Amino acid sequence: MLFSVVSVVVLLFSALLALIFNRSALKTSAVGASGAVIASLTGLIPVVKTLIVPARETLSLPCSLPVGSFSFVLDPLAAFFLVPVFILTAAAALYGVDYLKQFDGKKPLGLAWAMFNVLSASMVVVILSADAVPFLIGWEAMAAASFALVIFEHEKSQVRKAGIIYLVAGGAGALFLLAMFALFGIGSDSLAFSSFTRPAGGLASVAFLCAIMGFGLKAGFVPLHIWLPEAHPAAPSHVSAVMSGVMIKMGIYGLMRALHFLTPWQPWWGWLLITIGVVSGLLGVIFALAQHDLKRLLAYSSIENIGIITLGLGIGVLGVVKAIYPLAALGFAGALLHVVNHALFKGLLFMGAGAVLHAAGTAELEALGGLSKKMPRTAVYFLVGAAAIAGLPPLNGFVSEFFICFGAFTALRAPIQTATGAVLTIAVMAAIGTLASACFAKAFGAVFLGKSRSLKCAAVHEAGPWMGFAMGVLAAACVFIGFASPLLVAPLSAAIACGFGPRLGLEFSAAAGIPLLYISAGALTLAAVLALITVFRKFLLRGRKPAAGPTWDCGYAAPSARMQYGASSFVQPLTDFFQPMLRTQRHYSGLKGFFPAGADFHTEANSVFYNHLYAPAANLIKRLAFRYSWLQHGRLQLYILYIVVALIALLVCKL
Amino acid sequence: MKVVAQYLMVLTLSPLLLGVINRVKAFFGGRKGIPLFQLYRDLFKLLHKTPVYSRSTTWLFRAGPIVGLGAVLCALAIVPFSGRHSFLAFDGDLILMVYLLGLARFATVLAALDTGSSFEDMGASREVQFAVFAEPAFFLALAALARGTGQLSLSAMFAGLTPAVWQSAASVLALVTAALFIVFLAENSRVPVDDPNTHLELTMIHEVMALDHSGPDLAFILYGAALKLWALGALISCAVLPRHSASWFVDSGRFILMMFVLAAAVGVLESIIARLRFLKVPYLLFTAFSFSVLALMFQAAR
Repeated sequence: MLFSVVSVVVLLFSALLALIFNRSALKTSAVGASGAVIASLTGLIPVVKTLIVPARETLSLPCSLPVGSFSFVLDPLAAFFLVPVFILTAAAALYGVDYLKQFDGKKPLGLAWAMFNVLSASMVVVILSADAVPFLIGWEAMAAASFALVIFEHEKSQVRKAGIIYLVAGGAGALFLLAMFALFGIGSDSLAFSSFTRPAGGLASVAFLCAIMGFGLKAGFVPLHIWLPEAHPAAPSHVSAVMSGVMIKMGIYGLMRALHFLTPWQPWWGWLLITIGVVSGLLGVIFALAQHDLKRLLAYSSIENIGIITLGLGIGVLGVVKAIYPLAALGFAGALLHVVNHALFKGLLFMGAGAVLHAAGTAELEALGGLSKKMPRTAVYFLVGAAAIAGLPPLNGFVSEFFICFGAFTALRAPIQTATGAVLTIAVMAAIGTLASACFAKAFGAVFLGKSRSLKCAAVHEAGPWMGFAMGVLAAACVFIGFASPLLVAPLSAAIACGFGPRLGLEFSAAAGIPLLYISAGALTLAAVLALITVFRKFLLRGRKPAAGPTWDCGYAAPSARMQYGASSFVQPLTDFFQPMLRTQRHYSGLKGFFPAGADFHTEANSVFYNHLYAPAANLIKRLAFRYSWLQHGRLQLYILYIVVALIALLVCKL
Repeated sequence: MKVVAQYLMVLTLSPLLLGVINRVKAFFGGRKGIPLFQLYRDLFKLLHKTPVYSRSTTWLFRAGPIVGLGAVLCALAIVPFSGRHSFLAFDGDLILMVYLLGLARFATVLAALDTGSSFEDMGASREVQFAVFAEPAFFLALAALARGTGQLSLSAMFAGLTPAVWQSAASVLALVTAALFIVFLAENSRVPVDDPNTHLELTMIHEVMALDHSGPDLAFILYGAALKLWALGALISCAVLPRHSASWFVDSGRFILMMFVLAAAVGVLESIIARLRFLKVPYLLFTAFSFSVLALMFQAAR
């Protein structure tokens, strides 16, 4: 616990130093990044210890608060979420050293570093809190710091719009959390987690719905996700990596903790979570397929992965309620491991996208192509991330998706209701997996393969050394988890036991232990087979020099880069199929007259929910609110009167 | 020992399946047809050729066939042989098998995209599209089998399939087999989804992705395709051969015979029906999906 405190202090102190050294880009980057790296390495010590030897450390700061206390606890569940936070903080900070150089002299880098470190510190505080007050303080600090980072390039109008949407979403989420904690604390004079009275019956369900809304807004459940595809692409890439990789997982963490205070669970909670998972997972990946911008595509894919995590959580809850424990254990395990896995590969992919954006000046898929020749290292790392996020063996994404799918298979013999949930899970996981692999074949292919589609790719250069190192670390972690999955059984089982009861921890070790050994063996076999084939091919080609020629294009020998298939064409059969959900808008100015001049065609996959749900709702609220605008007249003395009246009314009610 | 023998038999016999299909088609077309063992000769010849690479390709283009073949080889280690256990049989192995085939597909698609040719990109685009519809059908068909037999590994599932199970749940097993057959045709790019004999780049799927590959790379692709045909066909053969005898030789012989009957059936099918339009292929795959769902419903109602 001491080291955890040290790491938060180092983060905050280096944030302060970064602000002080704002004048010099070199100094502020050095201070900010080294602070983040040192803090992460320090913070990982107690975390790893807790995961290896499950323990529960508490800490209470001696300072009093009106309804709470600064009490913190480090248990295996918290430790499990802290691992990706620290890893990604360190990697993103190193990446940021190179990435932020392009803004040198144009932007206050000190502020960017300070906010980055505050963001990391606030996530650590959120995870460690054992009291609603520090939890909410951390939560709001997280929202504020990330808001400041999202509007880093505030001279762009799109970024400002993203910032406002993000701010509103964050505020709304916090309101629901206040309501939820108030319900937890009914009849108790403290908001410490240990003194929560468990609300029962209808109140429990209300508290659960508040948790879904409040934490779902942060996690990006469909249809609460609309801030996500706006805010994540707007932020600098290393911040996008942290936001998409770990910050949205704070919503999942909060939900898991909230479920802890809400026993006994209702069956419909499980069904609600499954529904959210299915809808978010499928719509997330379908929207991702239709995007033209690499960072927006990655943001939508985060929604998909949050869907997978929630699906795991949902079958977990259903399994517990229906007393089908292997289903529950594997569902929770899948959700937990996917949190870590998604942090690793989404962080990696956002960093890859940032390297492309940095090098080519655009992340527009239709303008890129052929970058693997100029950025070979970035291409390899991005490929690892793409294969991992598509859930392909032998990488880490496969292991967590395996847990969820396998969990569903174990429940097939269950009574019909639960079995239906299991069948739904299997079908949806299969669909999401193939759609994700189509989506990332498109993303990787459009950016790195073929020929460059525009001149922008001509001057492209490889990512800087720190950027490369950060991506390399994350890619190595993806590969490591894929091959060494049996090592995960103990920490996962500890985290499950801590979050959902010791019985499920044991159940998980029993259900997953042997399959993971086989999966690891399968991964090693695959690696060995690939090596053998490669050697065989080398042997066959010894002493011969392959000839080079043009690509076969039906006998046409001068194909140009513009004749390539575009990224949108590649997914057109699928986007066309899902058009009712996507509502892609097509803009076409056709050829007219005998001597047609220019023609133009472009499509926009706008946010369906924003256009068809939120915009009408906001208009309605605005219209209603205007009727009462006479209340808001700008006279300060009357505002003070309002406050006094409200206070008196509250006091009278209390009496 | 027997497991190794089974695996080696699969490795040697797979290319013969394509020979059988071609001979049956030639018979229906009134031709003499290419020799049964032609694919072996092709593979041997290709392995000794020097490849030609397009200037727009990178290492990924060369890695594609290697990963494609390696992944299918590993998937084959999971596939049961005549209802007997395979190398890698464990609870949940079917998920690994399907995802390994997914890895092979991903590698093939990326290698195709690396050439920068519109034709290859078209094929890749179709390949990923059809996979989206085929894979849920495949998974649910296996889920119906898992619910029916109570087993979670492919080997155990098919070993648990006895004539008694067929008698009591014939409708379920028939639907599962039908769904598996459609997925088998689609995943192996056979008529009515794709025509391996077509010679127009615009209308091909699997063949067009391999247009630029040559030499050993092409040999790996052709051999991988033959192995994949065996991998998915074996599930169908196991499903329709529920009777197991005590003798490994009898079982194996019967199973291999069944594989060639299946190949002949594919040949007959390809001779009597035409390929579907691309826009209609998803409907065929939905049919497979519906069969799987129906099988699950029948199984649940039993």
